Amino acid sequence: MATHGRSADKLLSFDEALERFEPVLGFEVHVELNTKTKMFSAAPNSFGREPNTDLAPVDLGLPGSLPVVNEQAVRYSISLGLALGCSIAPSSRFARKNYFYPDLGKNYQISQYDEPIAFEGSVDVELADGTIVTVPIERAHMEEDAGKLTHVGGSTGRIQGAEYSLVDYNRAGVPLVEIVTKPIYGSEHRAPEIAKAYVQTIRDIVLALGISDAKMERGNLRCDANVSLRPRGQEKLGTRTETKNVNSMRSVERAVRYEIQRQAAILAAGGTITQETRHWHEDTGTTSPGRPKSDADDYRYFPEPDLLPVVPSPALIDELRAALPEGPAARRRRLKAEWGFTDLEFQDAANNGILAEIEATIVAGATPAAARKWWTGEIARLANAQGREAADLVSPADVAAVQALVDAGTLNDKLARQVLEAVIAGEGTPQEIVDARGLAVVSDDGALIAAIDDALAAQPDVLEKIRDGKVQAAGAVIGAVMKAMRGQADAARVRELVLERAAR
Amino acid sequence: MSEITPDLVRHLGVLARIQLSDDEVQRLTGQLDAIVDNIAKVSQVATPDVIATSHPIPLQNVCRADVVGETLTQAQALQNAPDAADGRFRVTAILGEEQ
Amino acid sequence: MTEPTGTERKAVSDIIRLSAADLAAKLASREISSVEATQAHLDRIAAVDGDVHAFLHVNAGALDAAADIDRRRAAGEDLGPVAGVPLAIKDVLVTTDMPSTSGSKILEGYLSPFDATVVARARAAGLVPLGKTNMDEFAMGSSTEHSAYGPTHNPWDLDRIPGGSGGGSAAAVAAFEAPLALGSDTGGSIRQPAHVTGTVGIKPTYGGVSRYGAIALASSLDQVGPVTRTVLDAGLLHDVIGGHDPRDSTSLTDAWPSFADAAREGARGDVLKGLKVGVIAELPDSGFQAGVSGSFRAALAVMEAQGAEIVEISAPHFEYGVAAYYLILPAEASSNLAKFDSVRFGLRTQAVGTVEDVMAATRDAGFGDEVKRRIILGTYALSAGYYDAYYGSAQKVRTLIQRDFDEAFARVDVIATPSAPTTAFRLGEKIDDPLQMYLNDVTTIPANLAGVPGISIPSGLAAEDGLPVGIQFLAPAREDARLYRVGAALEALLVDSWGGPLLDKAPTLGEKA
Ligand SMILES: [Mg+2]
Ligand SMILES: [Zn+2]
Repeated sequence: MATHGRSADKLLSFDEALERFEPVLGFEVHVELNTKTKMFSAAPNSFGREPNTDLAPVDLGLPGSLPVVNEQAVRYSISLGLALGCSIAPSSRFARKNYFYPDLGKNYQISQYDEPIAFEGSVDVELADGTIVTVPIERAHMEEDAGKLTHVGGSTGRIQGAEYSLVDYNRAGVPLVEIVTKPIYGSEHRAPEIAKAYVQTIRDIVLALGISDAKMERGNLRCDANVSLRPRGQEKLGTRTETKNVNSMRSVERAVRYEIQRQAAILAAGGTITQETRHWHEDTGTTSPGRPKSDADDYRYFPEPDLLPVVPSPALIDELRAALPEGPAARRRRLKAEWGFTDLEFQDAANNGILAEIEATIVAGATPAAARKWWTGEIARLANAQGREAADLVSPADVAAVQALVDAGTLNDKLARQVLEAVIAGEGTPQEIVDARGLAVVSDDGALIAAIDDALAAQPDVLEKIRDGKVQAAGAVIGAVMKAMRGQADAARVRELVLERAAR
Repeated sequence: MSEITPDLVRHLGVLARIQLSDDEVQRLTGQLDAIVDNIAKVSQVATPDVIATSHPIPLQNVCRADVVGETLTQAQALQNAPDAADGRFRVTAILGEEQ
Repeated sequence: MTEPTGTERKAVSDIIRLSAADLAAKLASREISSVEATQAHLDRIAAVDGDVHAFLHVNAGALDAAADIDRRRAAGEDLGPVAGVPLAIKDVLVTTDMPSTSGSKILEGYLSPFDATVVARARAAGLVPLGKTNMDEFAMGSSTEHSAYGPTHNPWDLDRIPGGSGGGSAAAVAAFEAPLALGSDTGGSIRQPAHVTGTVGIKPTYGGVSRYGAIALASSLDQVGPVTRTVLDAGLLHDVIGGHDPRDSTSLTDAWPSFADAAREGARGDVLKGLKVGVIAELPDSGFQAGVSGSFRAALAVMEAQGAEIVEISAPHFEYGVAAYYLILPAEASSNLAKFDSVRFGLRTQAVGTVEDVMAATRDAGFGDEVKRRIILGTYALSAGYYDAYYGSAQKVRTLIQRDFDEAFARVDVIATPSAPTTAFRLGEKIDDPLQMYLNDVTTIPANLAGVPGISIPSGLAAEDGLPVGIQFLAPAREDARLYRVGAALEALLVDSWGGPLLDKAPTLGEKA
């Protein structure tokens, strides 16, 4: 029986751990593909629906049901394999991984074993200071996801101590690609940082490919982190642990750091590491022991007799290779240099996932600074408020058009924000909205002077105050004029005119 | 002679999730031993140069388009369930962990 | 129901003895209605199935389905060639309106939310499902004694086995409880029951008939096929159920010829003239009952007399077939049967304990001895350290057997063998000797390993026990039509020589309710 042991771990300081031991990392990242249907059935690949409603017979393992491969999932897997620099297998096969678990409809998972779709690649991972680390990829294989268990009863909602569990198989059969790295040597002090950057890079790649929603909190992207330590100077690898389902970038970094410190403390005290899975606890920032490896882990893989080999044609591979987007690291480097953003500005944009939008806005004619200002400012604010993706709100072309109206002096900042909001509300193009609402800065001094006269008549002491050096008193008049003009005035010009009057 | 022992049969029972009684283990040990002795002869002719056949009629790239098709209703999904609650299948406490 | 009068009784006995082709003709000409035909078979089931036990379930909706066909025919609808003919369905095929148990307690009462493709096609063709037939549990066996619902009895001798696993379908057809039946054949489960019951059974080319909705035993070996009393009837049923099914990835996309036409062509033409018939040099005479060998040689002589040429061929790896089969089948079956775990469907024997305990206890109680034996054997064959020696080697033997077939079919048109080594043995005779039971499939297994089609037709009665014997023909993959031509040609000659169908020689069953 697994125990929590969540307070019991002794930790060695990170620096001391690194002084005495060399960490070796490895990752298994599961990417859920965003196909319309499941890997082996025509049931929808959905999220958050009523339990057990998005099922075909094979997803439940019903007697007599059979799997049929989703062609799009194969294409996505090949694209991902190519983006990871892998070779694509001339012939690849599905295999059954046999084990009993209630979230598996058939009590085997259809996966790939000795003939994965992609193998032997590498990814360049860029760290915060621009250092590039090359992570070697062993393989990427296709498989199906399992259903979802809910543990009921007991205090924790966890599996331990639960009275019973409920199974929803909606997710069963959702296509996955599992990306397995080779052992990563030489990470040293940067091991936790590399871990985070690796997962971030995989996320960037699948997003650029458009093959996954890659939302870690939804489990679209799941990372198992393998960590082992070996004493300095020892060639033989140490015993590793596999920390399962670390579900945020930050947690990947923390979990790796924790395992290094935990294992180092055990080894330093003369103990041995148990080969086991470990669970990551977001709340306490610790790992706890799970299932030890045992001879019950005999998955009895054999070629899936209900499915046939996947033999991608060279033409298909060429087609998919030609359609590959630029690698994330190279693209970021290029954009950052072209745009001249500071590190902070660029990181902000990247984290908002709107690099592509900014790029398109610039292509449509805006300056990089203006494009950045709109996407990380007003649009991000509105997206946040509406709980939507910035990219879904407005097209880069419309953003560039609004900025063009500002540059032409037709709109001031305030009017431009109004126009943008109207575009988002679906009222038309920026020019249509300007025309329909009669929005445009009033640049006729005569109309402005008339409005200033009206305002001064209401506040006769203002000119006196200005002459006494209290220039800020002009604000009241400017405000009144702007209000009278319904915002369609250039506030700077109004201010100039007021100060001219006072100077007379 | 093959290497079928009661311990091995018991272990296979665990892998196959069948709770074998001691009687069954004894009986199966003897029967499997005789069967395995007989069928082990496949290795006599299965030389390294022979490729394995897993499908009698070779086909490849049998796929379907990524188009949503028919699904079961929740009632159909659950209609044969030994136990269900809240639209889900219900099982007793799970001892083992996810793989 | 009122007691039938003498003439009605005669009509019933006439209807049930009609071949499906003849019955279809009378349905088409409206000489007989489908309701009459269906009722006649239901009456026959009521009368004899207490003794035969071919059926696990009789379809309560059969007469409604028949009435629907009659209505559509009366409305002038263009129905297919077999519309209105009753059909028995092996319980391995899932159905929405009848339970599907595959002969196992673990699936007692299971109702499928979908029909097997072959069942859906049968319904669409207007065939009337009479019920579900008995079988060895999960199709594991050669005697139907391993059914969780009790054995089926051979209509030729109720103390004897009807073959297996599809003993129910073969017995139903032999006992005139149904003119047509569906079977499934993983290592001989259609052909060996045909052999011991004096009926016709075809295992189509692998991929020729959809496996969708056939509860899987060994996915790379299983094929669904017809069980009938005549070769033409088998062709008619094969035409209905065959052809590509996108739900089964291993289904072939070939455009198949009409197998009924092939049978008709064989029955009237001189297809035997110049036909090269291969006989396997290595098939040991020992192990074959004298009457089986005798009937086989006599059938060959009939063919030779019609101009067929008997050619000795070599198939040196066939002797490894049984061993390879009893590795591949249990391995695939151990995985296919993992889904029966008490979670989503089927039996759950206890409600307390961990889910692991509940699963293990349910599987122990819900599976019979033979099923457990094969699951454990298959688990062993796939387990770490044994895979290469066992499962891997068995898959290589498949390659070698395919090569034997390729070389043989370069020289001959068909291969002929006795369909099984012995006539029907007595119930209980081999039940405690699994290895002896396994050897029963020696001549049928190679076809499943290589995916080629095979047919068994009655060749006569064994001299020593008067029980039916079958002759098997094998053809290259995709050449199923050749089997229908050759089978129908020999059938016509033999039926002539017997003065009527072999089943006319079967004892009359005591007609009790
Ligand atoms: Mg893994
Ligand atoms: Zn995986």
